[in-house]
Amino acid sequence: MSLTDDMKAGLQAPICLTWELTYACNLQCVHCLSSSGRRDPRELTTAEAEAVIDEIQRMQVFYVNIGGGEPTIRPDFWHLIDYSVDHDVGVKFSTNGSRIDARVARELAGADYVDIQISIDGADAATNDHVRGEGSFATALAAMDHLAEADFGEFKISVVMTRHNVGQLDQFADLAHRYGAQLRLTRFRPSGRGAATWHELHPSDQQQRRLYHWLLDRPDVLTGDSFFHLSALGEALPGLNLCGAGRVVCLVDPVGDVYACPFVLHDDFKAGNVRDEGGFERVWRSSKLFAGLREPQSAGACASCGEFDACQGGCMAAKFFTGIPLDGPDPECVNGYGKELVAAAAGAPRPLAGADHSRPSPVKFLGRR
Amino acid sequence: MTFDIDRAYRLNDRVALRPEPFGALAYHYGNRRLNFLRAHDLVAVIESLAEHDTVRSAFDAAGIAGSRRATFEKALASLAASDFLVAT
Repeated sequence: MSLTDDMKAGLQAPICLTWELTYACNLQCVHCLSSSGRRDPRELTTAEAEAVIDEIQRMQVFYVNIGGGEPTIRPDFWHLIDYSVDHDVGVKFSTNGSRIDARVARELAGADYVDIQISIDGADAATNDHVRGEGSFATALAAMDHLAEADFGEFKISVVMTRHNVGQLDQFADLAHRYGAQLRLTRFRPSGRGAATWHELHPSDQQQRRLYHWLLDRPDVLTGDSFFHLSALGEALPGLNLCGAGRVVCLVDPVGDVYACPFVLHDDFKAGNVRDEGGFERVWRSSKLFAGLREPQSAGACASCGEFDACQGGCMAAKFFTGIPLDGPDPECVNGYGKELVAAAAGAPRPLAGADHSRPSPVKFLGRR
Repeated sequence: MTFDIDRAYRLNDRVALRPEPFGALAYHYGNRRLNFLRAHDLVAVIESLAEHDTVRSAFDAAGIAGSRRATFEKALASLAASDFLVAT
């Protein structure tokens, strides 16, 4: 058995647990994978959130990736961070930076086991704000300035790769270098509001190849399990080269629903809820959905492709939300096998993301009046 | 510092071991690194290190066959290099 085989069979607890604390967000990014905007009245209470932390401490989940929505909007956010760290669960949280002022930055600089990830999706305001909304670039940079002034140390700058920002890779690296930050690049998935904008914003084939070679030259740039579908271009990129959904990865959403990964907020990939009897542990260890994902997967339509061992058929979420069968090729398959299927599915009804918490857009508002 | 099988080592206090079907996951709260320990007897040796004056004696007590000791030594040396094990 290889390490990859061990991971495919599932672990006793996730390695990478993402926990979205709230659907509330002050931004309306066009690619938001959780379609966030408005708070959900059923969101976990402080006591329920503490119980989740107690439980994942017992399961020895060593750290949690907190996101949203904009997690810092929750009034108990700072309390939950402290509670988590006090219970041996380290925290990395993603933020748009709007709440990171000078005082907060100083407090964060004094905290142990807290890691911060600031999201930008362009190396300049025009490119970033096109995706994340007007003023969001300036906000993110102000937060970075505060962290640098407070001597926080190495934070992370997180970028979703789009057609408009792949050309700015070197600028992102320079920006990270300037702040003494670590650059993290992730893949644009057609999830949440991203389903509607993916066709316009996902990188072209040529851009994917450029990104692959750029990453090969920079093993210090973090990518998680984002780009394993690019391994079919040659040697594997550093990081986890398999779909970790339900095996080493999962997502807990703000109302406590447990999904196989952060990119599949859809009933088909919902394994249970932390409020159910047996809690998160039972969902992780005994849910039918996760047991199925830990079974050997069929290579399906990709069985005859020589690259299957390298790319593993690509990303489950990317296939699902572009209407490709789960045992089919990735929509961004580097050999182009996904293209026809994406085109064929374009006219057919595609699965829609689960709960949509987007704020009503001004256009819709006018329409209803 | 090179790893020395005739010295005493122990697991760093900031490292937690999580049992897994293949052995254990080791997590270092200080440097936030994760290590996969992919043999149950390797985990047993690591857990017993503190009780022994030398790594060799921990190998003997756990009945680690001579043919596997080179592999184990390499794994322990790598753990010591990343601060998961500390010399005592």
